[in-house]
Amino acid sequence: MSPQTFTTNATGAFASDDDAPEYTAYGQDWSEIAEEAKRLGQQRIVVNMGPQHPSTHGVLRVMLEIEGETVTEARAGIGFLHTGIEKNMEYRTWTQGVTFCTRMDYVQSMFQEVVYCLGIEKLLGITDDIPERANVLRVLMMELTRIGSHLVAIGTGGNEMGATTVMTTAFNAREDTFRIIEMITGLRTNNAYIRPGGVVIDAPEGTVDYIRTLLPDIKQRLDELADLQLENPIFKLRLKGIANLNLSSAMALGVTGPMLRSAGLPYDMRKTNPYCGYETYDFQVPTSTDEDAYSRVVLRMEECYESLKLIAQCCDRLDAMEGQPVMVADKKIAWPAQLALGPDGQGNSLEHIKHIMGQSMEALIHHFKLVTEGFPVPAGQVYQQVEGPKGVLGVHLVSDGGTKPWRAHFRDPGFNHLQALSILCQGGQVADVVVAIATMDFVLGGVDR
Amino acid sequence: MLGGVEDFLGYMRAGSLWPATFGLACCAIEMMATGTPRFDIARLGSEVFRGSPRQADMMLVAGRVSNKMAPILRQVYDQMAEPKWVIAMGVCASSGGMFNNYAIVQGVDHVVPVDIYLPGCPPRPEMLLNALLELQTQIRNTPLGANRKKIAAAAEQAALTATPTSDMKGLLR
Amino acid sequence: MSDKAGKDKAGKDKVLEKSPVETAPLEPGSQSTHMDLASATPDPEGRAPITLINVREGMFSGAGDTSGFGGLVQAVQMPGKSERPYGEWFDAVVDILEELLGDDAQDAFEYVVVDRGELTIYVARDHLLTLMTHLRDDQDLRFEFCLGVSGVHYPDDTRRELHAVYPMHSITHNRHVRIEVAVSEDDPHIPSITSVYPANNWHERETWDFFGIIFDGHPSLARIEMPDDWQGHPQRKDYPLGGIPVEYKGATIPSPDTRRQY
Repeated sequence: MSPQTFTTNATGAFASDDDAPEYTAYGQDWSEIAEEAKRLGQQRIVVNMGPQHPSTHGVLRVMLEIEGETVTEARAGIGFLHTGIEKNMEYRTWTQGVTFCTRMDYVQSMFQEVVYCLGIEKLLGITDDIPERANVLRVLMMELTRIGSHLVAIGTGGNEMGATTVMTTAFNAREDTFRIIEMITGLRTNNAYIRPGGVVIDAPEGTVDYIRTLLPDIKQRLDELADLQLENPIFKLRLKGIANLNLSSAMALGVTGPMLRSAGLPYDMRKTNPYCGYETYDFQVPTSTDEDAYSRVVLRMEECYESLKLIAQCCDRLDAMEGQPVMVADKKIAWPAQLALGPDGQGNSLEHIKHIMGQSMEALIHHFKLVTEGFPVPAGQVYQQVEGPKGVLGVHLVSDGGTKPWRAHFRDPGFNHLQALSILCQGGQVADVVVAIATMDFVLGGVDR
Repeated sequence: MLGGVEDFLGYMRAGSLWPATFGLACCAIEMMATGTPRFDIARLGSEVFRGSPRQADMMLVAGRVSNKMAPILRQVYDQMAEPKWVIAMGVCASSGGMFNNYAIVQGVDHVVPVDIYLPGCPPRPEMLLNALLELQTQIRNTPLGANRKKIAAAAEQAALTATPTSDMKGLLR
Repeated sequence: MSDKAGKDKAGKDKVLEKSPVETAPLEPGSQSTHMDLASATPDPEGRAPITLINVREGMFSGAGDTSGFGGLVQAVQMPGKSERPYGEWFDAVVDILEELLGDDAQDAFEYVVVDRGELTIYVARDHLLTLMTHLRDDQDLRFEFCLGVSGVHYPDDTRRELHAVYPMHSITHNRHVRIEVAVSEDDPHIPSITSVYPANNWHERETWDFFGIIFDGHPSLARIEMPDDWQGHPQRKDYPLGGIPVEYKGATIPSPDTRRQY
């Protein structure tokens, strides 16, 4: 047979082409046919996954070139959720920026708030003046959000592989964390709770007892998830040895968080560059050397248990610090409004209004200036990092001495992880692309901003 | 006679609205939470979220629609088979939300016709269930045939003679 | 563009002080926004000023300044160049870099700033790639992570409007340093460092997308966030926010960048 050049149009021109090869299949000679096809060269198919697809963590477009079941090239197309948040923040005051940055990676919303506020506090130079109770509340919120984020990763990962029960169990556990967050901040998500200088409102009475009653429930559901997944033979077949990323590739690609820890490097910013008092808490950093998708899921589960330990320690500290302030003492920075649950379900505390309207002129002026103009931050730039559930989350803040950021740029861990998609998927099978995406745990809101 | 058909068809259509997954941002997480046991959208008829638009009745646009995403939104809407409805979940889908800038479409009604606007940032799952029930009531009471033409003509007349929003003065009296 | 300052009396290399914004000639009939930095607000610690971030005129921006401060003109600079000793481990790092760069150190380093406990090194773009290679490879430096490129646009910093900021992190030594490169809007080319730090691939694409900084040597410098056929670079200061006026019952509120704000 003379060598054929294949075109990709399999119909029309092909059928009328006399030189085109003709195959007749009888069933038992498939091996011969397969040999023939391999000899003549295989066809490459380009498959476009997304941006609207039930199997992606947001609006991600994956362009796959496949040969049979094997992925030869995988490319990610992003930008479908680009919201221009960073540019929007340049037109809002520093405090209003919190409400914007919280919506970037909407699954780890508190972490964005914390990193942003820590950056502003660094620019202001008041990092040491943040009250201890505020720091404990920040740690509490962060660890609750960490559990929530890991549960989304594990839950949606299971859902994408076809096991919906994993998602319902994980989200049930997440609802418990939401109950706690709602009790303290008033909202389930996108809370704008953490403000420059501290947190916006103290935890109401009974919070610590409530948390203590819910912690065993969360732990029980985590145990359920572990039982459901970790020893399941199908789960292991689908995840063990899949989406390997060794340490040198991880470091070359700037990968952090559980992906880096699954490659063997126990790197956690909470331990190396502690913030918000993390150096005083007792917790461990789970690490693995397996480098595969299975170890990442195990690591995330382990981190959930560690977060539970941290939350228990936060509860003890909150008990010990009853009545302490949660905002920095400097009235020119501290967010003035105290909030209370009014008869219509929302509102300013009447105590606070009585104070500013009747008792203190200065308080009124501070309230007015802070809410309308905001506080000015001395000129300069700063970089702040925190350990988010997905990896190292960083913010680069530039101030021009005014009440609005000149530039706020967030370094989202998912951005770097998604770059690694090609390395994780190429050479593997199409079904493993879904597994790779699930265990990379990025959120397109953070990637696109 | 038409009334009987309307009742029957309305009841049937509202009974099992299967949403197409169009979760984009934060609202998508709340939409997923609505599907989970605490809130459970399945008991109201939305048994599964279908990935393929051909198998879906309703599109829940959950989250901010960027300019890059808008053509895809329209394409998915076009691929859905009649009858189909759209719920714009969250303020970003309803009106652009807090993101009044170059990147976000200021309301998906610029791209697809919307039946229910659900405000919230993000709306609580209970709010989404309320919107779904509202949509079901609307579907159950949909006029058909000649009734539909009459009501459409009346609605168009009302819209043509209505005051524009920015001219509605004197309301705070 | 830079004056070569010689060695100081002790024979050690001085980190070069690049002459800051030269006063642009006044165009007839226009209000100059390029100020002579010497007459600008002095740095509180008396340091020589560098990057001119912003010149603020009046109290409010946008429509209708009713505050009475309409004639106020304020030039704001970044914290100025720091003098040795820089403190902590900063001196060690700068010394090692100067040693590794050898004769190029004079041209490579523009300024060193130590502010708020962070070290920032302003580098000339021609020496960026060598510097990055040293930062990664030298065992006393070992900055394994380059945390991306952040672009910043300072329209008033004449001939140095576009800054690319590279935060670098060392796991081995637990250190953090910032490398900053400034280029002009007319010639926005910076060598790409993807050959040294592959992680920067998408970050450089994003900075190109949003600021228009062209990274020479990048394998595929294409738009990443905006649609492929988008015109303009959205995060520059002269690109409008693009919002539309919001309609309420009885009123219309203009978009955030056109309405009055502090």
